[in-house]
Amino acid sequence: MKKPHHLFELFWVFFKIGAVTFGGGLAMMPIMRKEVVETKGWVDDDDILKILVISESTPGVFAVNAATFIGYKIQGFWGSLVATLGVIIPSLMTISIISFFILQFKALTLVQYAFYGIQAAVALLIFKAALKLSKKIHFDAFAWILLIASILFATFTNISVLWLLLIGAILGIVYGMIENIRGAKA
Amino acid sequence: MILELLQLAWIFFKIGLFTFGGGYAMIPLMESELVSRGLIDVNMLYDFIGIAESTPGPIAINMATFIGNEAMVQYGFLARIFGSIVMTTAVALPSFIVILLIATLGSKFLESKFVQEAFKGLKPTVIGLILSVSFGLIVRLVFPMISFENLLFDFSIFQFRNLVILIILVLLTVFYKKLSPITLILVGAMLSMIVYSVWS
Repeated sequence: MKKPHHLFELFWVFFKIGAVTFGGGLAMMPIMRKEVVETKGWVDDDDILKILVISESTPGVFAVNAATFIGYKIQGFWGSLVATLGVIIPSLMTISIISFFILQFKALTLVQYAFYGIQAAVALLIFKAALKLSKKIHFDAFAWILLIASILFATFTNISVLWLLLIGAILGIVYGMIENIRGAKA
Repeated sequence: MILELLQLAWIFFKIGLFTFGGGYAMIPLMESELVSRGLIDVNMLYDFIGIAESTPGPIAINMATFIGNEAMVQYGFLARIFGSIVMTTAVALPSFIVILLIATLGSKFLESKFVQEAFKGLKPTVIGLILSVSFGLIVRLVFPMISFENLLFDFSIFQFRNLVILIILVLLTVFYKKLSPITLILVGAMLSMIVYSVWS
């Protein structure tokens, strides 16, 4: 595997990736792969696959997960720090600029109209994201019960989502234990 | 000011730490942690999400930058920039630490039974949370006075224009499955400009 000539080269590659990807972390992956595997030859496809698998079972921002992991593979701790900063800074700059103008912008009547449609589109995008995630799991009775309970509690109560997630995880572990005991008896 | 900033940073750190399943999975957490504590108005949150989706970069980072800036709005230019940097760092830090630990120590423990089982419970819960958020948003667009979490079923205001926009967008996504998020948002924006201008 090759190494970047300088940490700045690493930063610049991830900066470009952060600046051109729309639609979040997973959309970033093909571009990231092309840059760091094909063009630069810093890591191989095996590493790309590894971070995809790891991200499935770790929390956090996917783009940051990928940048941290690949940066580390390339240049250790400083590599991970520089790659992460690279992927974050374009957002920080773009959104900061927008933030300073958003209020004036939103004072326009036509823009206010536009935001009703934007919210409607966002609602559908969120719904589609849920459908996409649901294709990744196997729906047995346990999963259905959790799904329905989670919808009901999130919709009709003020219980913090953090608690619901924690309870979901604990129930998963408890269910696994029960399955194990039943498996041992059978 | 510093105290406010730290309190908000702690919330974003928790959001970063408890997000499983990508940027959209963060939205229920943001609604629960930011809106119900009165730190941001619910309409503002979803307007931001619309913008975060149509600008480059990870949606979570975009949102943290936005809200960090917004929270410091009364303290001036430098404070707003500082707020953005702090929030963005806070939301990215859990990812950075967890992945750095895995990169140095290996990912063996992820394959442990415990973690796998926890995920068996986490995944359906996350999907339920995301669905609940999208239902909530759709209902609020059409019947703004309804508040499910306070068990307030008030149908007195009916936004038929939003219903029309929603139906057209649903039909669009059903017939054009490949529509990118930005295209859908832009179409939504144009559509509602037209609908509201005609029916104002």
